[in-house]
Amino acid sequence: MPDVDVALATAWLRAAADAVTADADLLTRLDSAIGDGDHGANLRRGFTAVVAVLDGSEFAGVGDVFVRAGATLISKVGGASGPLYGSALRAIGKALPPGESADLADLARALRAGLDAVSKLGGAAPGDKTIVDAYGPAVAAFEDAVAGGAALPEAAAGAARAAGDGARATTPLTARKGRASYLGERSAGHQDPGATSTWLLFQALADVTAP
Amino acid sequence: MKKFINDPNDVVAEALAGIAAAHPGDLRVDTAGQYICRADAPRSGKVALVSGGGSGHEPLHGGFVGPGMLDAACPGEVFTSPVPDQILAATKAVDGGAGVVHVVKNYTGDVMNFQMAAELAADEGVTVETVLVDDDVAVENSTWTAGRRGTGATLLVEKIAGALAEEGGKLAEVAAIGREVNTASGSFAYALTAGTTPAAGRPGFDLPDDEIEVGVGIHGEPGRRREKLRPARDLVRSALDAILEAKPVADGDQVIVLVNGLGGTPLLELYLVYGEVATVLAERGVRIVRRLVGNYVTSLDMAGLSITVTRVTDEMVRLWDAPVRTPGLRWGA
Repeated sequence: MPDVDVALATAWLRAAADAVTADADLLTRLDSAIGDGDHGANLRRGFTAVVAVLDGSEFAGVGDVFVRAGATLISKVGGASGPLYGSALRAIGKALPPGESADLADLARALRAGLDAVSKLGGAAPGDKTIVDAYGPAVAAFEDAVAGGAALPEAAAGAARAAGDGARATTPLTARKGRASYLGERSAGHQDPGATSTWLLFQALADVTAP
Repeated sequence: MKKFINDPNDVVAEALAGIAAAHPGDLRVDTAGQYICRADAPRSGKVALVSGGGSGHEPLHGGFVGPGMLDAACPGEVFTSPVPDQILAATKAVDGGAGVVHVVKNYTGDVMNFQMAAELAADEGVTVETVLVDDDVAVENSTWTAGRRGTGATLLVEKIAGALAEEGGKLAEVAAIGREVNTASGSFAYALTAGTTPAAGRPGFDLPDDEIEVGVGIHGEPGRRREKLRPARDLVRSALDAILEAKPVADGDQVIVLVNGLGGTPLLELYLVYGEVATVLAERGVRIVRRLVGNYVTSLDMAGLSITVTRVTDEMVRLWDAPVRTPGLRWGA
């Protein structure tokens, strides 16, 4: 059985849609504290559109799933989270080899390409209190696990744990990017909503791959 | 939450339908493309101005579409920037072959989505120049923030650049004067209460009866700090100190002043505040040559106001006075 195929990709994105829908209120509450309170609603709207695309499409390659999902987020979400998550998924899809499946090393490289896309578009560095603070540790954990010979469930669980740790570690930080940066030091003491939604996405991968 | 809405998810689409119904003949609303444009667009040979941003700031931007100002506006979801598809569709709809100026308020999401749209437009042969508006001096313009926010000066940029485009200005000239107006502008805002987005259903923040948010933006996010409420004349002095420190004016300079309500502030208070602004600027030898008092760049139902001071040249004043015919701003036409 291949590690990463069209079925896994679609299952992951459907689980991600369920997660951002279930936790939309949490994301909105976090965003109300240091942003404008629409992160949950925006991601729910975007991933609902992604599921509609998955329902109505046949995919030739595993990468196509992510490319289409990314383009959908860019077209439907707006704000900063639409372009950021949309570009990440597009970059992941484009970095995967053509064909129906890929191996774990391919997925590790693709996840890294997604992180690079987010960093390039948003200009955020680690510690700026953004998506990058969850995404960076998650990719590093995934890469380490794959290099150490782990199977997908173990690598995905490690990535989700690292993303969660990273998201929680944003709480004391002062935001330097995005709308929370307008608050200056008042942004400290609140967990970053973007890092939190990134955690939900990696947790969704861990959930669908769990044995 | 008490609002005049049906389903919170349909607010923007239904308001767009209302704009179309209210301004037949002047505006065209493309419900599929989700943009508002001049009924006579595209105007051949004219540089077109396109702006947009989250909804909830009305009359900005849709209310400023018309002769002498914007050619099109793209409303996003409430407080959420429009998506690239929308901006691209509007850009192509109004391009008259002379290029398109995007007026973009400096927020992370707006900048990203307009940038993506500009790249897509370039792929299709439309030349786009972007004018970034970042006039809110409450935010430090440093690498530690996303940069100053675009607020009240957006109206002045759209009016003055729009007038130059209307009288035949070239793409580079229209963009240049838009940037000059932005550079010459500083704004500062206070909030007495938070606004309530239809989706969230409750105010963005809670404020005790005797406290205000200082240095707020236009998206319901909290400001730089909280302070006790003080008399209006004190608040005006503090705001003008902050504006003039960041954007100095010299004795004898001429300025346009915008005293702008954020949606839930009575005109009675806005005029009181304008009177205080006039007093302070007169003390400093600054000449207010034009002024605007009212609700133009709002934040839903937030009680609060912003003050914008723009140092203007004679050419900017001439363009400010040029005819404009839009739902939100209309004179001489």
